[in-house]
Amino acid sequence: MRMKRVAAVAAAATLALGLAACGGDDADEGTGSGSKSFAAGSTMEKLNKAQKIKIGTKFDQPGFGQKGLSGKPEGFDVEVAKLIVKELGIPEDKIEYVETPSKVREDVIVNGTVDLVAATYTINDKRKERIAFAGPYYEAGQNILVKKDDSTITGPDSFKDGTKKVCSVTGSTPAEEIKKHVKDVGTQLVLFDTYDKCRDALKGGQVDAVTTDNVILLGYIAKDEASFKLAGENFTKEPYGIGVKKEDNDFRTFINDTLEKAFNDGSWKKAWDDTAGKFGAELGSAPTVNRY
Amino acid sequence: MSVLIDKFDVFAGGFWLTLQICVLAAIGALILGAVMAVLRISPVPPLRAVGTAYVNIFRNMPLTVVMFFAAFGLPALGSNADFLRIPVLDSLFTRLGTDLPYFRFALIALVLYTAAFVCEALRSGVNAVPAGQAEAARSLGLTFGQNLRHVVLPQSWKASVVPLGSVIIAMIKNSALIGFFGVVGDLSQSADQLTSAEGYAFIPVAIGISIGYLIMTVPLGALLDRLEKRQAVAR
Repeated sequence: MRMKRVAAVAAAATLALGLAACGGDDADEGTGSGSKSFAAGSTMEKLNKAQKIKIGTKFDQPGFGQKGLSGKPEGFDVEVAKLIVKELGIPEDKIEYVETPSKVREDVIVNGTVDLVAATYTINDKRKERIAFAGPYYEAGQNILVKKDDSTITGPDSFKDGTKKVCSVTGSTPAEEIKKHVKDVGTQLVLFDTYDKCRDALKGGQVDAVTTDNVILLGYIAKDEASFKLAGENFTKEPYGIGVKKEDNDFRTFINDTLEKAFNDGSWKKAWDDTAGKFGAELGSAPTVNRY
Repeated sequence: MSVLIDKFDVFAGGFWLTLQICVLAAIGALILGAVMAVLRISPVPPLRAVGTAYVNIFRNMPLTVVMFFAAFGLPALGSNADFLRIPVLDSLFTRLGTDLPYFRFALIALVLYTAAFVCEALRSGVNAVPAGQAEAARSLGLTFGQNLRHVVLPQSWKASVVPLGSVIIAMIKNSALIGFFGVVGDLSQSADQLTSAEGYAFIPVAIGISIGYLIMTVPLGALLDRLEKRQAVAR
């Protein structure tokens, strides 16, 4: 008896809510968000309806996602994410930024803690097993930072003889890559949780080099030109992508479309020039998004 | 859970490195802690002050801060802790002798921090020896040193066994920090590596390293229980 009443109330409530939602739709027209329309049931529609979005990014990556005095992260990743948010018809001040260090990026996507991740996120097959990537929106490359007066290190092969020591960040793609070039990981490789610590170790002389994506290293050189330089050319290609849920093909296609649009209308280039481009890194031509 | 089998060598390697630093740090902390304990119970006020100051500093500082001082403070002072490259030891524990000083830095931090607790555990043991024992020894004409060696310390060990064991177990768990201060390949850093670089799910990896730590701590705890039954003061 009581169950029946509960069910009846629930049904009535659902109806009422449903009607209210329909009414809401009509009322929405004319506001900023109502101008966008998306396929029913898609992630884009859900986000647009909710008028808020959670974005995972780095808070400690100069030029890409660094939280400064403004209290909001700033950088190229953040700007690219904003382009997507704009396309979703959500105002910028409704973005909630979540700090996603390298080690949690897959987890926060899988668990739905964030709606998308833009965090110097290198596209690779291992990660594609758990999540999906839109993009790439930038092609970085791994390079080596050394002291200005050091001419003994010229590239990754300088570590082959087993004497030179190199620092990177735990769990990053560059750390995995450099392992292939060192003779003995135990005596040549140091891993920290941030590149700042690596830079300090290089300054202090505990390591001979720091390796990661060129843009990050350029950021350090920009801050301290008297101490550091790059040793040689980029030796890998690191395509940065936007991480989303693995099964969400519609959202991925939508982001790819948005990126292509941004490549063509100049907003992508402007985002770069305002952020990481200040360090003197070349943007190059727009990458081709990979719709797998 | 397949990660435990697929990456068994990573877990085993991590376990091995953690075990190495724990053995070294335990030896160091026991020696330094014993020295400090002797200072703290000595009849000479300045020595007592040194021991007390040491314990108060290192017992009340977070280990993370001590680690920071070791890993980033020592280099700033121009030291790579080369004095720890002890000729025979560094062939047994190869990480001691490498040009990468972070293993040595971590060892110094663990030893300094743990020694304060070792000192207090030992001192509580000394305090458990009835005062009459030391007084009797002194009335027989034994010096402070003889008194410690023959009368007080042999008895105090028994009362110290259990608190000392707890201190060493705590130290093993504290060693999980070293992976965040430049030491590559210990248990916790390996876990970090597996979850972030190789994209394994966190929970199985965390279970894996937990097992690693438990293999070290649980038998130690069991051993202590037995020691206590056999050794500890019968009251």
